[in-house]
Amino acid sequence: MAIPTHETSHATPDSVLWQPEVEAHDDLAARTLGFWLYMMSDALLFAGLFAAYGVLDHAYNTAGGPGARQIVHPLDGFWQTLAVMTSVFAFSLATVAMKMRSRPGVILYTSIALVLGLVFIGLEIADFRALIAQGAGPDRSGFLSAFFVLIATHGLHMVFGILWMLVMIVQVARSGFTEHIVARLLNLRLFWQFQASVWVCVYAFVYLRGAF
Amino acid sequence: MPVHLQGPWSPLLGRLSLHAIPYNNSIILFAFALAAVAAVAVIAPVLYFKKIPYLWREWITTVDHKKIGVMYIIVGLVMMFRGFFDGLMIRTQQVLADGPHSPHFLDALHGYIPPYHFDQIYSSHGTIMILFAVTPILTGLTNVIVPLQVGARDMAFPYLNAVSLWLTTVGAALVMVSLFVGDFSAAGWVGLIPLTELPFSPGVGVDYWIWAIQISSIGTTLNAVNMIATIVTMRAPGMTWLRLPIFTWTTLSTNIIGLTAFPVLGVALALLSADRYIGTHFFTAGQGGNLMLYTNLFWIWGHPEVYFLVLPAFGIFSEIIPTFSERPLFGYVTMVAATFAIGGISWLVWLHHFFTMGAGPAVNTFFSVATMFVGVPTGVKVFNWVFTIYRGRLRFDTPMLWCVGGLFLLLIGGLTGMMLAMPAIDYTVHNSVFVVAHFHCMVLLVAYAIFGAVTFWFPKVFGLQLDERSGKLFFWTFSIGTILVFVAMFGLGFMGETRRLDYLYDPQWLPLLIIQEIGIGFYSLSVLIFCWMLYVTLRHRHAHVEADPWGTSRTLEWLTHTPVPFYNFAVTPQVNARDELDWRRRGGMDRKLPDGYAPVHMPSNTMVPALIGLFAFGFGFGMIWRIWWMAGFSIVAVIVLVIARSFQKTPGYILSTDEITAMERRVEGSSIVAEQPSRPPLVEAEVH
Ligand code: HEM
Ligand SMILES: [Cu+2]
Repeated sequence: MAIPTHETSHATPDSVLWQPEVEAHDDLAARTLGFWLYMMSDALLFAGLFAAYGVLDHAYNTAGGPGARQIVHPLDGFWQTLAVMTSVFAFSLATVAMKMRSRPGVILYTSIALVLGLVFIGLEIADFRALIAQGAGPDRSGFLSAFFVLIATHGLHMVFGILWMLVMIVQVARSGFTEHIVARLLNLRLFWQFQASVWVCVYAFVYLRGAF
Repeated sequence: MPVHLQGPWSPLLGRLSLHAIPYNNSIILFAFALAAVAAVAVIAPVLYFKKIPYLWREWITTVDHKKIGVMYIIVGLVMMFRGFFDGLMIRTQQVLADGPHSPHFLDALHGYIPPYHFDQIYSSHGTIMILFAVTPILTGLTNVIVPLQVGARDMAFPYLNAVSLWLTTVGAALVMVSLFVGDFSAAGWVGLIPLTELPFSPGVGVDYWIWAIQISSIGTTLNAVNMIATIVTMRAPGMTWLRLPIFTWTTLSTNIIGLTAFPVLGVALALLSADRYIGTHFFTAGQGGNLMLYTNLFWIWGHPEVYFLVLPAFGIFSEIIPTFSERPLFGYVTMVAATFAIGGISWLVWLHHFFTMGAGPAVNTFFSVATMFVGVPTGVKVFNWVFTIYRGRLRFDTPMLWCVGGLFLLLIGGLTGMMLAMPAIDYTVHNSVFVVAHFHCMVLLVAYAIFGAVTFWFPKVFGLQLDERSGKLFFWTFSIGTILVFVAMFGLGFMGETRRLDYLYDPQWLPLLIIQEIGIGFYSLSVLIFCWMLYVTLRHRHAHVEADPWGTSRTLEWLTHTPVPFYNFAVTPQVNARDELDWRRRGGMDRKLPDGYAPVHMPSNTMVPALIGLFAFGFGFGMIWRIWWMAGFSIVAVIVLVIARSFQKTPGYILSTDEITAMERRVEGSSIVAEQPSRPPLVEAEVH
């Protein structure tokens, strides 16, 4: 079987063999791709956790303790959803400010996004504390384990996002918009929006599905 | 809310105390002595020749993909030796402990190893061989080869690459430490559930197993990101997708598997750690836990992982066979398609590892048929190799021998896999050593590919050829060992020997066990010959090696000097054909050098990755022994390091035209271990 070769059969003295002008690669493109790939692995991580939650969300996994219907209320999750969404919106405004090369704009909007992220975490902690106080902690039953670990893993991602924002505020204030800093801001936007999407899944899969 | 533990615990040392050191176990003492001798043998010359600054500058802080690859391979080979030793001990125990009248030594009732210790040995054997030997070696090979094959200066993220290396090394180090401080998991390399839960494994063994794998698999995931980004964005001009060498294609497929599968393993282990550390009930046998959840999660990673291992091996075959058949690879496009078909199907078959666990006929049928489908693309590959060999001008240099041997193993392993894919058969042989023999054919096929690859690419990296005579001797002793051990093992499987036995009750198995023991004797001999091969090679290291030492290589990595200079290509090559070097050679242009040189941008060395590794070790060790301050301090240190590094502005340095020209003139002086010019790094400027 001969695969048609679209190339000449061998080199000739006037073939182009070297490309002195071509220097390596587009750093920004590689970094963006790399970050998308990392997000892919993060998505798989959440897929695993959602699968675990789906498996353990049955009456016999509650071991006599509370099930989803007893512990979630769509309204609890609603405030958190609001916080996440407005935070994403604020951070998008920060990237718009970055396009306009406005350091104060980026710092202002990133700070707003950061504070809203903190609000989200605060609500989540309050929620967890209330549950644990009722004796419905993660060590109560298989179902509660899945509930806590799924949501806490997302919360941990949010904490890292907040830390990242803090670093970016300092870096933008100090050095402005270098290539690295721009790349980081763009990747942070991706990260933050991804965490918001995961939260939407949590809200739909845990809060809405659980309550109704 | 950490769980309540049995036994002592102190805030300063966690669960660690002098009792953790098994100084009264003669086997471990022997292992310790061996390790100490080896360590002295390595460290003493380093100190004597004052090589620490050299090691620090050229290896520990390096971001060069070739050196990182070499270090991966060294870590893997060391661990493979340890895994081999475990294997030797397992075989020897089984041949000694057959039948009620079998002899007993030391403090064992049968054989010479008591059951609990034996369980640790086979658990560490499997864990080490799959995760800390073969995986790092393959990662190392792809690290060395792929950037060269696509005509790039380095990986897409050189710094991240070093981080991956050190995380993998930390995992391996934790496994080694478990030998001397505390103990290792006794629950199999798959982490049999609920045996790994705290009530049944209250010691630190399972924790060692968890954290060693968890930390190193973060490294593997990051490496997958890096590899994919390299292949997608760093190809030389003219390197279209259909000109990509097959090894690079298989690396791409493998790393897509790695990127998607390892996070699932991470979840499985993280949930298990939650059970063990904060008392959740994911996999407990009560309180609403679900045992099958663990088994599914583990194999959702586990099966793709076996293809993560075997695909690079297929890529290696596809490079070596054409070179030594002096023909282009037969059916390039079908080879690429088969590679991705295997990668895709590998996601849909995991349940064949537990057909017997009552999933029901419909589910078993689906997974049985899906499993058999893997045979189709695998068959395509085998036929492609055979047709490449057919009417080729064959030469049996050592790399080719390993490939042909590997093809035989693929045949046996694949066909027995097909048998296991039928639930009706699997019900009778599941958990027998028949399965063990099947997958050893498969992973040995990977080992064969690795040895072939090391011999094949060794001259490219080090500028000297491995000794052929001892290389062939190594191949033959290793192969005789393989045949004796595993043919006998298939037989024992049919005779009903189940796996993981520290005591064998049927004296009729003895003849086959003895054959296996002879086989492992051959393996031991081959290890010695391997060391001899390295020695002979080093003694004759002055022979000059061409850019293409085999004379018939086909791909881009053979175009640049041997040994490869640290900047890979002085000038980026233009790719004109699928087998570029072959294409140039046929036109008589393979020695044609570029007309002139241009400045080259290189990344600077950094010690941050090694420090991250150090603290990752601290974190792992702290978690294992529940030394909370140590774990907490280490993880904070890692985060601080990452942040601090992001403040550092080191975009690398520039090699000027004159320097490149000078180095290209005296080629030998510029190998991968040559000193890089030191100079102040560039300063990052704001973009406008
Ligand atoms: C033709 C392709 C293959 C088929 C049809 C196949 C089929 C199977 C089946 C059905 C089992 C489960 C047997 C049992 O536990 O009862 C199995 C086990 C296993 N296979 Fe394969 N396999 C194939 C290729 C491979 C490859 C390429 C590798 C590794 C590189 C591999 C490694 C393993 C391992 C490690 C196990 C056992 C794991 C354990 O239980 O500890 N297999 N295989
Ligand atoms: Cu499998």
